[in-house]
Amino acid sequence: MDKPVNNRAWFLVLPVLVLVAFSAVIPLMTVVNYSVQDTFGNNQFFWNGLGWFQEVLESDRIHAALGRQLLFSAIILAIEIPLGIFIALNMPKRGFWASLVLVLMALPLLIPWNVVGTIWQVFGRVDIGLLGHTLAALGIDYNYVNDPVDAWATIIVMDVWHWTSLVALLCYAGLQSIPDAYYQAARIDQASRWGVFRYIELPKMSGVLLIAVLLRFMDSFMIYTEPFVVTGGGPGNATTFLSIDLVKMAIGQFDLGPAAAFSLIYFLVILLISWVFYTVMTAQRDRT
Amino acid sequence: MTTARASRGSAVVMTLYLLFLLVPIYWLVNMSLKTNAEITGTFSLWPQNPTLRNFRVILTDPSWYMGYINSLIYVVMNTVLSLAVALPAAYAFSRYRFLGDKHLFFWLLTNRMAPPAVFALPFFQLYSAVGLFDTHIAVALAHCLFNVPLAVWILEGFMSGVPREIDETAYIDGYSFPRFFTRIFMPLIASGIGVAAFFCFMFSWVELLLSRTLTSVNAKPIAATMTRTVSASGLDWGVLAAAGVLTILPGALVIWFVRNYIAKGFALGRV
Repeated sequence: MDKPVNNRAWFLVLPVLVLVAFSAVIPLMTVVNYSVQDTFGNNQFFWNGLGWFQEVLESDRIHAALGRQLLFSAIILAIEIPLGIFIALNMPKRGFWASLVLVLMALPLLIPWNVVGTIWQVFGRVDIGLLGHTLAALGIDYNYVNDPVDAWATIIVMDVWHWTSLVALLCYAGLQSIPDAYYQAARIDQASRWGVFRYIELPKMSGVLLIAVLLRFMDSFMIYTEPFVVTGGGPGNATTFLSIDLVKMAIGQFDLGPAAAFSLIYFLVILLISWVFYTVMTAQRDRT
Repeated sequence: MTTARASRGSAVVMTLYLLFLLVPIYWLVNMSLKTNAEITGTFSLWPQNPTLRNFRVILTDPSWYMGYINSLIYVVMNTVLSLAVALPAAYAFSRYRFLGDKHLFFWLLTNRMAPPAVFALPFFQLYSAVGLFDTHIAVALAHCLFNVPLAVWILEGFMSGVPREIDETAYIDGYSFPRFFTRIFMPLIASGIGVAAFFCFMFSWVELLLSRTLTSVNAKPIAATMTRTVSASGLDWGVLAAAGVLTILPGALVIWFVRNYIAKGFALGRV
């Protein structure tokens, strides 16, 4: 599609530019500012070059948080993507049931993130939660407050509960766009169920699936509120992910320099993934 | 016959999945209808003596219900602000090519993807410096960070579905741009505007980190009120559960109307 070139369109974009510049660029500049300076207090700052970046890149604490973050995101993707596809394949195709299922599935997506945390915090408690109580009744030693493995399991199940529907809904949208003729052709060829999935459904879903993978990766990579409410990053540091660690450093300890350097590195990683995301999205647009 | 068996299999899978989704929510609702004595004392799958006491506490205590009002104020401000600036911008992106358009569109995306944790401290300092700390507008502006890009992307997705011939015909008929935009174009993408508004509302409503960092008393959102109760010594589980149930309501009430656009909204208008 050829769009006309018109540089006056800039006037239409200007309000967005001003607003987002105020809410993104100015704060980011403060971060850059802090990341290269050190202070003795009293608001006296001096140039520290790349010292903070070096410190952050060599810090064991941040390496550990990054390791946990990557492991978390990997587990989330490994569970939610296949499960989401599976659910999408089983969703009713049309009619009242399709609408109802759609609405019920979307419910967890619309719950405030701290309430998601609260729900699972309560649900998992051995004394008053259905999950914790049931597990204890089955003789399973489960305590997400003291046991790192249980804490991880709780947070992963919570995230699966929270976001699998998003993957499923995206895949469902992809499946809906497959014309019936494809399935009829497959039936004439006596294709197996697996064959239909592998050669018709999966290729047609690949576009939305890529979006789902990227969105889930980004959001799990920045997760903060839900684990913060459930475990507060504990026991110990077992569930301290990057964002939790960063907030602890910046607001809890007020270590502005390292926190700023950490922020910028974090932001660069996000920028890189955003670029992949953008390339995928626009390439897809051009293809259709 | 195989299809009958397959559809029965699907029904089982969907039932199990929906149970998995709904049971934790049910547990919260269940708790919100119990007294604290019943919550901690006996273990029951449904309230033995259903009570609305917890909801009454929230709806009569200003420190609780003001949380909802504060949240609603900044969420509505943010939604209006985001849509007002995003509409013309989305039109520009969908209809014209201009210097730096692709870079700008990408830059917007990076803001949607930016971790709020990175912005928490600088926002705190920025809004304190300009004297906006603990006001609704501060949170509304801060949430523009991710909602303006979201609105631009979603609206651009919807606008690109409207054929450009309509614009050209209108201009030939002598419509000026503002008149064309408000009289003809906006009604055409009304559903897109609704979806964008819903998602701005939603993402501002569910966010906690920034809204908590930027407020202390006067504009404290309900989410922050809830976390403060959790850390207090004497836990009022019933009220906490009731507060949680009330935060789910706004989404649950309007979701039916946007059900066919949920995937599109979450995928930034690209599906």
